[in-house]
Amino acid sequence: MSPKTLYDKIWDAHVAHEAEDGTCLLYIDRHLVHEVTSPQAFEGLRMAGRGVRTPEKTIAVPDHNVPTTLDRANAETMTEDSRIQVEALDKNAREFGIHYYPVSDIRQGIVHIVGPEQGWTLPGMTVVCGDSHTATHGAFGALAHGIGTSEVEHVLATQTLIQKKSRNMKVEITGNLAPGVTAKDITLSVIGETGTAGGTGYVIEYCGEAIRDLSMEGRMTVCNMAIEGGARAGLIAPDEKTYQYVMGRPHAPKGAQWEAALAWWKTLYSDEDAHWDKVVTIKGEDIAPVVTWGTSPEDVLPITANVPAAEDFEGGKVGAAQRSLDYMGLTPGTPLREVEIDTVFIGSCTNGRIEDLRAAAEILKGKKIKVKRAMIVPGSGLVRAQAEEEGLADIFKEAGFEWRLAGCSMCLAMNPDQLSEGERCASTSNRNFEGRQGYKGRTHLMSPAMAAAAAVTGKLTDVREMM
Amino acid sequence: MDKFDKLTGIAAPMPLVNIDTDMIIPKQFLKTIKRSGLGVNLFDEMRYDRQGNEIADFVLNQPRYREAEILVAGDNFGCGSSREHAPWAIKDFGIRCVISTSFADIFYSNCFKNGILPIALPREAVDVLMADAEKGSNARMTVDLEAQTVTTSDGESFSFEVDAFKKHCLMNGLDDIGLTMEKAAAIDSFEAKASAERPWV
Repeated sequence: MSPKTLYDKIWDAHVAHEAEDGTCLLYIDRHLVHEVTSPQAFEGLRMAGRGVRTPEKTIAVPDHNVPTTLDRANAETMTEDSRIQVEALDKNAREFGIHYYPVSDIRQGIVHIVGPEQGWTLPGMTVVCGDSHTATHGAFGALAHGIGTSEVEHVLATQTLIQKKSRNMKVEITGNLAPGVTAKDITLSVIGETGTAGGTGYVIEYCGEAIRDLSMEGRMTVCNMAIEGGARAGLIAPDEKTYQYVMGRPHAPKGAQWEAALAWWKTLYSDEDAHWDKVVTIKGEDIAPVVTWGTSPEDVLPITANVPAAEDFEGGKVGAAQRSLDYMGLTPGTPLREVEIDTVFIGSCTNGRIEDLRAAAEILKGKKIKVKRAMIVPGSGLVRAQAEEEGLADIFKEAGFEWRLAGCSMCLAMNPDQLSEGERCASTSNRNFEGRQGYKGRTHLMSPAMAAAAAVTGKLTDVREMM
Repeated sequence: MDKFDKLTGIAAPMPLVNIDTDMIIPKQFLKTIKRSGLGVNLFDEMRYDRQGNEIADFVLNQPRYREAEILVAGDNFGCGSSREHAPWAIKDFGIRCVISTSFADIFYSNCFKNGILPIALPREAVDVLMADAEKGSNARMTVDLEAQTVTTSDGESFSFEVDAFKKHCLMNGLDDIGLTMEKAAAIDSFEAKASAERPWV
């Protein structure tokens, strides 16, 4: 048998039909659904008189629109259009009989945090969701990617997706990370290296010692942003850490099924001499704590660098860089560490897990914020409960952070959490696009530790100086 | 789904690289539960000021490009969010074809589900087409899906690649779900086999 990559193995295990031209029907093991990209799909089913083929493999949770303030049980906190969208999900979930975590449920949270937390996401699965950050689930060695609403409808109706296979790309992070460098710095640095289109047409497998050393939370952060590098999906081969994370979760296999699952999971790795269409290698030691300066996730620089000039780039990027500099209100040559911050946002499917909160708390312990506002938004109700139990919430509140309920919050500002015009934010989210966090809002992406450090000094800050 | 076979129309130039789906249709317009009516908000934050007035120099506000049916754009068009509201807005505006050197994966698939043809061409070809688009409304570009060619107003022609299955669906306006349901027996037998092999799923 010819050697295979991890992606090859998962793909082969899920092809339900292959046409002569290589177009496949890929069977989907888990379909996650949220309120923004699903109403039209359910409506399409109704119009065609179709049902949900496999409701037991379909899981819904509202996250994008839901307010994160403590008074959100009061319907007034949501705008009418948001309320309609959340109510539509509520109605669709009940009508079609799919698993559902309503806003009032403590397990509610960001769909990509809830899936793994509840044990829906398991190694070797195919996982899709009408959301580009579905790549997150790749941390378990699951083939997971975002789809559009038409495809959501297709999966609801058929439990399959029409797909052609992507190419294989290996991203190896060798060696060890220096103190103060985190999973977020890895994933941003990879995008800085390959560009936002570098992964187009590929599925990435992240490997190497620095990846192995990451916790499951860290691995989810890395895979989460595979899409920001243009890749269809990001994967990390499962190992003992993966099994330990999964074991005992509500929807994880138990008893004899656990043993059977484990035996299969242990075959899920790329064979020694598997073929890679592209290989990127980065030394873990070379990765610094980074921030973004522009309006594309590829606009990444070490915190010790200066704001670049448009002329530093080539081709179409010259114009784009100038547009970014104007939008971000930055002057070339300014040390990034002198850029003053108004707001700090810690949360999102990229960095809203317990480990992210612990990292922020470590910096914030006994300190006060110097920014106008700062909020921590846990990724799920359960993350929030755990952070309270560990005493992290008290550290945040004492430092001056708002301690919120779970949701997507300011990552995409479809809810009341938004930046105002010109407001500059140190954010642990995944996109610094124009308008992403609010009209004319200015976003600098970074790790939770770096965002916490910025909150304390009021400027972009090298977290290593606070350690 | 609307068919796409051949289109001759005005092409609007947008040379900016990395045009993301947040730019194409900002978040506040995702709160609809319909597919229709998004064209008026296409490129909303580039197209209107805070008071809702048109920004005169934005390409689609210029008289010569208001009727554009083709968009020629910079590298990596449609990156970011998977929101299908982006192609819905493009289509609702009246654009049926987008040309770039590269497209983000999810956006590319989403186009075909909505009767929009995304065409990826080498940089040299896109540069020629961008220059042609800059000539304005007197220049008409022709896109022929059957022949897989784009032709400038001067008659210079470029061939493009497109997946045969996607082309077939687009040319005939076929509904994917209906096609897949014809293969229900294959899905049933796969499901039975998979649940025997991996009962924990």
